[in-house]
Amino acid sequence: MNRLIVFIILILLFLSFTAYVYTLGTEGPNVKMSDESIRGKLLFQKYNCTACHQIYGLGGYLGPDLTTEISQPGKGEAYAAALLKNGSVRMPNFHLSETEIKELVEFLKYVDATAITYKNKGTSPIMNQ
Amino acid sequence: MNSSRQVTFLFLASAIIALMVGIFFGVIGGFQYILPLFLKESMGFTKARPLHVTLVVTWIFSAAIGGIYYYLPKIFGKLYSIRLAYLHFILFVITGCAILFCFFTNQFGGKEYLEFPPYLAFPMLLTWVLFMVNFFMTIKGKFLQAPIYIWMWTTGISFFFFTLLETYLWTIPFFRDNIVRDVTVQWKSMGSLVGSWNMLVYGTAFYIMEKISGNEIHTRSNKVFFFYFLGLTNLMFNWGHHIYIVPSAPWIGNIAYIISMTELLILGNIIYTWKKSVNESRQHIHLLPIRFLSSSDVWVFLNLTLAILISIPAVNAYTHGTHITVAHAMGTTIGINTMILLASLFFIIQQENISMSASHSFIIKKGFWVVNISLLVFWISLIACGIIKASEQQKGTIFQQMMEMLSPWFHSFLIAGIGVFIGLLMICYPLFINFINNRIPKTVSES
Repeated sequence: MNRLIVFIILILLFLSFTAYVYTLGTEGPNVKMSDESIRGKLLFQKYNCTACHQIYGLGGYLGPDLTTEISQPGKGEAYAAALLKNGSVRMPNFHLSETEIKELVEFLKYVDATAITYKNKGTSPIMNQ
Repeated sequence: MNSSRQVTFLFLASAIIALMVGIFFGVIGGFQYILPLFLKESMGFTKARPLHVTLVVTWIFSAAIGGIYYYLPKIFGKLYSIRLAYLHFILFVITGCAILFCFFTNQFGGKEYLEFPPYLAFPMLLTWVLFMVNFFMTIKGKFLQAPIYIWMWTTGISFFFFTLLETYLWTIPFFRDNIVRDVTVQWKSMGSLVGSWNMLVYGTAFYIMEKISGNEIHTRSNKVFFFYFLGLTNLMFNWGHHIYIVPSAPWIGNIAYIISMTELLILGNIIYTWKKSVNESRQHIHLLPIRFLSSSDVWVFLNLTLAILISIPAVNAYTHGTHITVAHAMGTTIGINTMILLASLFFIIQQENISMSASHSFIIKKGFWVVNISLLVFWISLIACGIIKASEQQKGTIFQQMMEMLSPWFHSFLIAGIGVFIGLLMICYPLFINFINNRIPKTVSES
């Protein structure tokens, strides 16, 4: 019976924690996702970009982490669009339309705008421990 | 007693096929690290990676499920429904084939590890419901007094269902349209999902150990339940060490950090009981299940040490997003899960009194060493990649330059990966032949 009580307490703690994670714990920076960037996000999934690229640590390692790539020195929107249009040695040419390229770039810009902890490594309370 | 033997053998034979094909696609992916043009158009990394991951995860689930279907009637007298188990298998295979078809035809749309189109989650959930019904109806009314492995299987089965639902929350705009929420929930569900299959696999290990030793105390003691609850707590909360870098509320990460450090108790216990378990293993090392369980012990030690280190925020700041995370994933899926599941397969072979030929036993024993030595080289190569990447990122080295610097380690992990494939083939081929040749009990086939 004691084991069942411990089990139930843990489940209740887990459910409370889950509710917090789903709501207050993940409000994040005040950056709104536009319709264009939502479509870009779905395209990111449609072409399985995550196989090679990471966003906030999720994804593969064959290509660079894209969380803040678009704002890196020497990069930017035009650079990202050119890569998306033509591919590279490692990256296939997905034959994306101009609209798709624009939506993907918008998505990357949105992610970059939220990535305050990436740009200020060490300022997040947990990273300072 | 209604025998679940045939459906078990179907699950296990499918599991072996999934493992070998999955590792094969892993090797193709490895080649693409050093030869970027290798099969770029026909089997690019966007296909090879999900095929590799999905098939290896299928191996873990299929082998664990097959084992549970085999062990349940031995524990409780009978399985609730053999027909339901067959239906489960048929739906499992159809869903699996549909997923592979989507990957081969470039139909994606899901998230990492579940890259297939989201509608395929429905049959996937349904297969799990069939398994849940069979499991819970079999153990009905016997849970509270049950040994640890029943608690672990119960936890694993329940949490897998919950986390699978959770991984699809991104389809709801409230989660989809906020990247911080989406990523955090995805890390949460994936962390718990891995924890849930670990519960299935570790439960299997406890069952085998109990039956081989003939000692039921170890699977019912307060100490073993203490560590079970510690493991469960980690399953629920320690995924947060993946999101130290995500701008979600800091205390999600703080909780994860504290919980992750409780793993030191598990590590301490492994070291404390090491000598005893080594002595016990030596007495039975001639038994194949013990041989594989013993090697998983070593991998638990190595990977737990690595997991604790990368859970420390100051270390995580550098190792996050590097190949060290891959080293941990490969070490646990191959070194721990696969070794335990192979032990389970050999245990079932023994239970069925299937005698392997001397040549098969010889090949398996050699394969055991080929896998473990190759995996160690593979693991070290990935850690080396991670350390170099972490260091170069700090210096601001551009990505292409970094990839060139990592090239020697990519070569070594590819060679070691081929070694893992060959070693597993040496183990799995004889296993597969024995499962296929003995799927019908001899007494029946001879009559």
